[in-house]
Amino acid sequence: MSGLDAFLHMGGYAVYVWTSYGLALVVLALNVLLPRRAERAALAALARRRELGTIDDAQA
Amino acid sequence: MNFAFLHKYASLMHAYRLSRTLTPWLAGLTLALFAWGLVSGLVFAPADYQQGESFRIMYVHVPSAWMSMFVYVTMAAAGGAALVWKLKLAEIVARACAPLGASFTFLALVTGSLWGKPMWGTWWVWDARLTSELILLFLYLGVMALHGAFDDRRAAARAGAVLSLIGVVNIPIIHFSVEWWSTLHQGATVTKFDKPSIHIDMLIPLLVMIAAFQCYFFWNLLVRVRAQILEYDRNAAWVRELDLPTRA
Amino acid sequence: MLVIGLGVLGIGVAVALILAAFNQNLMYFYSPSEVARGEAPGNRAFRLGGMVVKGSVQRDPQDLTVRFAVTDFAQQRTVTYKGILPDLFREGQGIVAIGQLDPGGVFVASEVLAKHDENYMPPEVAQALKDGKAQAGMKP
Repeated sequence: MSGLDAFLHMGGYAVYVWTSYGLALVVLALNVLLPRRAERAALAALARRRELGTIDDAQA
Repeated sequence: MNFAFLHKYASLMHAYRLSRTLTPWLAGLTLALFAWGLVSGLVFAPADYQQGESFRIMYVHVPSAWMSMFVYVTMAAAGGAALVWKLKLAEIVARACAPLGASFTFLALVTGSLWGKPMWGTWWVWDARLTSELILLFLYLGVMALHGAFDDRRAAARAGAVLSLIGVVNIPIIHFSVEWWSTLHQGATVTKFDKPSIHIDMLIPLLVMIAAFQCYFFWNLLVRVRAQILEYDRNAAWVRELDLPTRA
Repeated sequence: MLVIGLGVLGIGVAVALILAAFNQNLMYFYSPSEVARGEAPGNRAFRLGGMVVKGSVQRDPQDLTVRFAVTDFAQQRTVTYKGILPDLFREGQGIVAIGQLDPGGVFVASEVLAKHDENYMPPEVAQALKDGKAQAGMKP
């Protein structure tokens, strides 16, 4: 069994090991992507409010 | 200008600026630690004499379990600060911790299950360690539900804080469960008042992965608080004058 | 605000009660000594925990039944099990078996789970430990 094959095979425990790591990757990635989307939405809302003039930019 | 007005909003502005400065560095450090931890854990660490290659699940299971408890304590402490001193930033931190902590708890439970099936011979037992970790997940979900249940976000934060504080008793229960009750889950390998009972070549990747998860938490926390700060302070002068980046 | 406070307190009390209830029913296993003293339930399934006695494992050539002894270093109990044992099952290893005592006092297991300890080491280190202990006259 070549090095890469052995690595992927994980001594027969491939399903358990790779599912664990795969799940961890998905969960950690989602936790990065979803807050980013929320921040973009908050900034977009801010930009809209400025354009619409609902923020009083004239106050100085 | 009204200086009292400024003072009230200053700490959120400072936190926002700090977050923007730190997050790129934390992102880089997190990725570097994960790269080091994954390569040393998956490739270089020797297989275990008993568990063979399946023990490598430890490199995601143990950091997730550790973080599930660390984040809960952080969330409860922030909740306490919000209740006692009515700090907005504390409310924001607590609200950001909840989904992250729930994610780590979920990962700990599922990777534990995937490890238990080949090793113990079962996906689940109602032993003290597994049960108390499951209760932790319910606590996180309860806090998240409270955070979303109110129109008034400050009342929501206070309710969540009370539940978090009540649930803190679960943390020592989780940790000491394997000593206080007869459990299927084995006792502590590292966090005990003794030499770690793990070979150094297997221990180092574990410590690196824990550092990676820890760094990831701080990075993610700082990203999550930014959007909330913009909402909490939406009418503040500094937000009105904020330089909007062309991409977030 | 009062309603919320009471509600959350109620949840807190419920969690505390659940934990207390689990304390009774949490996977608590009986040791061979406790079984010998008659402390284990006689008419329903319970869990027996202990170490597999070295040299005690016998496999029936006809079917999948395996027979072994479990000890807590004070008392022993014979266990029979029909089925596939987990990977970690071996002599000198901890196990938890779920089942019932038959009229002859033999524990008939419907499930056998292997415990493993908190030690992690590569095979050559484990072998060196065993050899070292053998040299020192200790049981490996």
